[in-house]
Amino acid sequence: MIINGVTIDATFAEAFPMKATRAIITAQNEKWAMISAQAMTGFATSVIACGCEAGIERVLDPSETPDGRPGVSIMIFAMGGKGLAKQLETRAGQCVLTSPTSALFAGIDGGTRIALGKNLRYFGDGFQVAKLIDGKRYWRIPVMDGEFLTEATTGQVEAIGGGNFLVLAESQPQALAACEAAIEEMRKIPNVIMPFPGGVVRSGSKVGSKYAALGASTNDAFCPTLKGMTKTDLSSEIESVMEIVIDGLSKEDINKVMRVGIQAVCDLGAANGIKRISAGNYGGKLGPFHFHLQEIMA
Amino acid sequence: MSALTLTLKQRPDQRVDMSPLVCQKLADLELIDIAGITLQNGKRKIRVDELFGITGSDTQNIVIKDSFNKLDFIGKELDGGRITVEGDVGAYLGLGMKSGEIQVSGDVGLYAACEMKKGRLIINGNAGDFLGAALPGNKMGMKGGTILVKGNVGERAGDHMRRGNILIEGNAGDYCGSRMTAGTIAVMGQTGRYLGFAMRRGTLLLWSQPQASARFNDCGTHTLAFLPILFASFKKLDSKFANSSAAFNRVQRYAGDMSEMGRGEVLVKIG
Repeated sequence: MIINGVTIDATFAEAFPMKATRAIITAQNEKWAMISAQAMTGFATSVIACGCEAGIERVLDPSETPDGRPGVSIMIFAMGGKGLAKQLETRAGQCVLTSPTSALFAGIDGGTRIALGKNLRYFGDGFQVAKLIDGKRYWRIPVMDGEFLTEATTGQVEAIGGGNFLVLAESQPQALAACEAAIEEMRKIPNVIMPFPGGVVRSGSKVGSKYAALGASTNDAFCPTLKGMTKTDLSSEIESVMEIVIDGLSKEDINKVMRVGIQAVCDLGAANGIKRISAGNYGGKLGPFHFHLQEIMA
Repeated sequence: MSALTLTLKQRPDQRVDMSPLVCQKLADLELIDIAGITLQNGKRKIRVDELFGITGSDTQNIVIKDSFNKLDFIGKELDGGRITVEGDVGAYLGLGMKSGEIQVSGDVGLYAACEMKKGRLIINGNAGDFLGAALPGNKMGMKGGTILVKGNVGERAGDHMRRGNILIEGNAGDYCGSRMTAGTIAVMGQTGRYLGFAMRRGTLLLWSQPQASARFNDCGTHTLAFLPILFASFKKLDSKFANSSAAFNRVQRYAGDMSEMGRGEVLVKIG
């Protein structure tokens, strides 16, 4: 399959089941809601070493937030429910509770309930106040700038992690420009995050390593500087490869966002140095969800 | 299917225990069975059809017409369905109600919604003493749900209240929120003496400055984030509390009762 001169490989992205949650951070203005959201989703690019994958889903209008203030919706993904709950609580406590004027609310009403501010309330040292409003429990925790308001729980749902595609280009600036264009469009789609810095990862990995202690290592088949010394997947004109990794709430969400992203890359096309779109998979051994690029773009 | 309508034929001299006439107890009964139910009337028993004219058949939507202040225990332990009362009612309206809705067009007597667990009670007139309180000797009053009173309420509203909302558009009598353990009482009008007497936790939300009390300490003026959420939850009510103009988030906060554990609060609207 070729779109605008870009070859779409007959391959698939391989993804695996995860647990996910969503939280809504509000603040006096969008600037402080965003600062808090960025802190909460920081150091959360990959479960390999961060414990979770997290990202900002979108900015919320005051009319969309529970307290009518500007807000930001964030999502966190982890391999298991326990890990997710721990990451959520730690991050909420260190990054939102501490952030001036912030408040924290559930972003998912259904699902399994996991603690959001339920245990953070103990920071109130006995002065915390519970309020049950419309069936939802909130905690008012006295803090130095006033009160930190947090919903007690949020929902945990089944999700999918590891959707991806690779952008193969003639140069590094061209690969990055294509990925930036893709991310700009992909961020308009709900229920997904692209957890890597700016949504783009330049160090895609393969499973395993020559070093026994490492579970993952550089994806040498897609490293352009190794074209002459490994079993490469790259043709001679490819000088740079970048990857966009996607976590989403459902297969449909990931299908949709991959299509939007790949289309944005293809719109730049061969004229802008984009030669191929490929995807990371491990022969079907990593996970049960397979996103076939040509089917998505059909 | 039209509402099961009970129209009072004449006002008996003695009080009537209306507790058998709740939606869940009538669910599978035919009209003839309902007519044969006996109600305690003073020291004698009286058949429903002796006291009421009966029309309609929807037992989950009961209307009581021409009610007056000697009909007690209406909606006792109501568990789903709806009861509409046209007129006044006696004591113990909605005692221990578990879910559903009760609406009264007139005034209600003592102990309305006492030990209520869930559901909604709307009183268009005034309410007597011990609204949403605990029965005498019990330690736990209202545990959930919402009570809306469009008129005034008597003394001891929310005594021993544990959870839920009591919304009062008019005035509240003495000892409002006494011995509260938690929950919210909002009063748009004036409050009487000994507000929040011995309250442990909970919120008294006031539109007017209460009488000064040595048992409450001033915590200053604040903008509280939970108030817009609380007011938003009132939007679905047919009440002054649902008006956008009624909402505020700037309050003077008083903590007390300091002679008790002192974790309760009185929030008074500013400006």
